[in-house]
Amino acid sequence: MTTIRTVGVCGAGGTMGAGIAIVSARAGFDTVCFDADAAALDRARAQTEGFFGKSVERGKLSAEARDAALARMTATTDLGALAGCDLVIEAVFEDLAVKRELLARLDQVCPEHTVYASNTSTLSITEIAGGCARPDRVVGMHFCLPAQLMRLIEVSPGIATSPETFAAAWAWTEAAGQTPVRTEDRPGFILNALLVPFNNDAIRAVEAGVASAADVDRAIKGALGYKMGPLELIDLVGLDTQVRLCEAFYPITLDPRAAAPPLLRRMVAAGHLGRKSGRGFYTYDGRAMFGG
Amino acid sequence: MSSTYTIVAGGASRSFPDGDPFLAGASAEADVVVYLQGARYRPDATRAAVLVELDTECLGVHTGEHAGDEGGNVLGFARYRNGDDPPSGLVELVRQPRTTDSAIAAARAVLEGAGLEVVVCTDQPGRIVDRLVRPKYNAALRFLDEGLATAGDMDLTCRLGLGYPDGPIERVERGGLARHHDVTRALFEVFGTPAYAPARRAVVAAARRARGDGDAS
Repeated sequence: MTTIRTVGVCGAGGTMGAGIAIVSARAGFDTVCFDADAAALDRARAQTEGFFGKSVERGKLSAEARDAALARMTATTDLGALAGCDLVIEAVFEDLAVKRELLARLDQVCPEHTVYASNTSTLSITEIAGGCARPDRVVGMHFCLPAQLMRLIEVSPGIATSPETFAAAWAWTEAAGQTPVRTEDRPGFILNALLVPFNNDAIRAVEAGVASAADVDRAIKGALGYKMGPLELIDLVGLDTQVRLCEAFYPITLDPRAAAPPLLRRMVAAGHLGRKSGRGFYTYDGRAMFGG
Repeated sequence: MSSTYTIVAGGASRSFPDGDPFLAGASAEADVVVYLQGARYRPDATRAAVLVELDTECLGVHTGEHAGDEGGNVLGFARYRNGDDPPSGLVELVRQPRTTDSAIAAARAVLEGAGLEVVVCTDQPGRIVDRLVRPKYNAALRFLDEGLATAGDMDLTCRLGLGYPDGPIERVERGGLARHHDVTRALFEVFGTPAYAPARRAVVAAARRARGDGDAS
């Protein structure tokens, strides 16, 4: 049972933030979508309407539920609009200083009981919590991409996280229809600690001429039953994002598998960022939000 | 393209175990010859292709290698199989630098004619799949030892977070930790990097197998 009623999402104009906002509103929570970029919020709203529309077309959601979910979502560029939130989930740029500054600003806005959750995939929850005056209220809640479709949330306590804060995050996750798993506050938690080096290995296999990108993906899907090959997934996440993940992991772990492969850097330099640029390991057209 | 083939059997085949329909599809005279594990490969330039089933070894072990000029009508192959699970539908076809396109096409015709999916790779340890998944299984086993999360939560994370049909711990244990030891040891022998070194739990399983205890896969 959760006592949380109102949820704020910071970075709601981005792909992950928009997906988290969908999860929240769809589950019945009043959801305040904050982003400093008004145009990004407008784009996210349009994509969200499109996503819910597809959900209705596919029989996953009634038209009434769609309308109610959309009505529960408000968009704002004013951080002060988060003052009534019981839970604020941040999905802003993956940069420690940016996240710490955001939490410090939220301290000036949110009531004492507000839980701050970070959707970081690479940074330390403990270090992020060092940016605010209430580190006991900070917890990791890592959603998976695309958040509006994937049920898993990695819930991670930092060193200072209180048991009550962890329990609140866990309860909200379940109330939102998601599935929580507990991980320790380590680089990449479970998912990215396994995935980022694996994806790098796939890039290195292509770079070493072991096989084509298409055959690497076919091999992994055919042998292991994965829905997507590693290179298809990198294209979805973004090659530039993969570089950022590497740059976050490698200096901390010194794991050579976490270092960005030279081919990845060359492709990013060439503007081959994956689906979002229309070309990565494959070529694409269309920009619709995945799923629905 | 003809898809007839003859089989030279040796010991037990991981790709085509007894009763596999592929075995029944062989004929006495064919353009393609398939050497199963344990059968001694003999060059035969009259064939459209000669296929040699591989385990953890490189194709060059069978053919010899000559300054990067190796290759012709011989290809290695392995149908991916996790331990004693039934073989998957995926066949990794191993080529050498001078392998001919016509030999690859003939091999494809035989394997795809049997309903299998074919990918082509160069002659490297672990081919594609083991090269990529074994380091991940090693990492998961290490995380388990380090207390990052429970085995169940790691597996659940991969199933729900990535849509995998199973997680790394349940999969590597089902395939046999001693088998994982053997595959990673072969990779580590060539690459020599820590990622391929057998994980502690795999070393334990191999040691217990050597003692005649427990996991003998």
